[in-house]
Amino acid sequence: MTAIQESDIVRLPRGVRLREDKQRGGWVLLAPERVFQLDGIAQTVVSEVDGERSVGTIIDRLCETYQAPRERIAEDVTTMFAGLVEKRVLEVA
Amino acid sequence: MTHSQAHAVQPPMGMLAELTHRCPLQCPYCSNPVALERRRQELDTATWQRVFAEAAELGVLQVHLSGGEPALRPDLPELVTACVDAGLYSNLITAGVNIDRPRLETLADAGLDHVQLSFQGATPEVTDHIANMVGAHARKRAFAAEVTALGLPLTLNAVIHRANLHQIDEFVDLAVELGARRLEIAHAQYYGWALVNRAALMPSREQVMEAIERVEAARECLQGRLVIDAVVPDYHARLPKPCMNGWGRQSLNVTPSGKVLPCHAAETIPHLEFWNVVDHGLDDIWYDSPAFNAYRGTDWMPETCQSCERKEIDWGGCRCQALMLTGDAAQMDPVCEKSPYHDDVQTLAVRDASGAPEFTYRRFARTTEGA
Repeated sequence: MTAIQESDIVRLPRGVRLREDKQRGGWVLLAPERVFQLDGIAQTVVSEVDGERSVGTIIDRLCETYQAPRERIAEDVTTMFAGLVEKRVLEVA
Repeated sequence: MTHSQAHAVQPPMGMLAELTHRCPLQCPYCSNPVALERRRQELDTATWQRVFAEAAELGVLQVHLSGGEPALRPDLPELVTACVDAGLYSNLITAGVNIDRPRLETLADAGLDHVQLSFQGATPEVTDHIANMVGAHARKRAFAAEVTALGLPLTLNAVIHRANLHQIDEFVDLAVELGARRLEIAHAQYYGWALVNRAALMPSREQVMEAIERVEAARECLQGRLVIDAVVPDYHARLPKPCMNGWGRQSLNVTPSGKVLPCHAAETIPHLEFWNVVDHGLDDIWYDSPAFNAYRGTDWMPETCQSCERKEIDWGGCRCQALMLTGDAAQMDPVCEKSPYHDDVQTLAVRDASGAPEFTYRRFARTTEGA
């Protein structure tokens, strides 16, 4: 599994798009011949990815939103990002 | 909800748009029907544009622009634009032998999201022989380089069978070398032209097992670099494939003339009534057309399927295959080990695996009317 560092800047590669799915409700990540249906938390995290913020910045911002211990959020976010990188729907800039 | 189904039918997520059945290649396993639709029957630009808008409204997220060879339609850039305008993810499924750099740039500028490029073999001799086109492999390689140079994501698609099954490692190397993000290794599925050519395509059980092991090994070794998706062979299997993830459950297929099918082979089931986008809205066709409701859900299933814990995993397998191999489209898929026809399928697979190697290439039938 690819290790994600807090200093990494992540982005959605070309061919991967986040959009709302009005007919079914919720949000989806559209990728080459795949659709990932995101739950509320995954959507919030992926929405933070703008190709400029570092993973550390994203974690800080989510700490404010969720009022949860930073350590816990950092672990969840880096695990989620590593999974997305492995599926090639997220890349380290 | 005014639709006739008693239980909730979910909207479709994907649509295969067969823009034309014309193609410069003649692959003997083509998934198009043996009776190909002709140019004069093809939908016009405005109708396709309406269909894409209706698809998005209905809930479709991704459109696969396919064929035949979709790039034979001069209006392909306008059709990509129509997908983009409707918010649809557009995927071009191409043979890659007739799109030059300026045309590809036009498609990329229009907002094309992804390109899926077929390779019939991993070397020039094999590709050119299977596609029955001299120079096809070299053109495909050049096209792949243009795709990645423009920054478009690329998937390589390899349909595998007895004549190229030995090239799995080479297909993987080719995908890595050409900068593909994804490789699809799909065993030929025996409908349409592949059914005609089954005795020339069917691998032995040992070859299938070896292929599966090689795909697994490559997947592990290239994790995070190349996504490898495999479509399993089914005649040698014990359990049926979840064909289309269920009939009328997630996707639909529009033919060049506008007929809407639950899967690309559905027309092989003769008693089904398909509606056309020329006469009906896509929404009505999805929810109310007889063909889509014929094998939707689980109510139509025979008793063995009804009482099976896998009924909402494999959805009864494939209806076309049930018809083809048992004579009844409502039978359980005979690939399933619980089917009374299961042994017959295995016998047939073993017989065909030692069949004659000559291909019947995919062509339009001769006609006095002309194409």
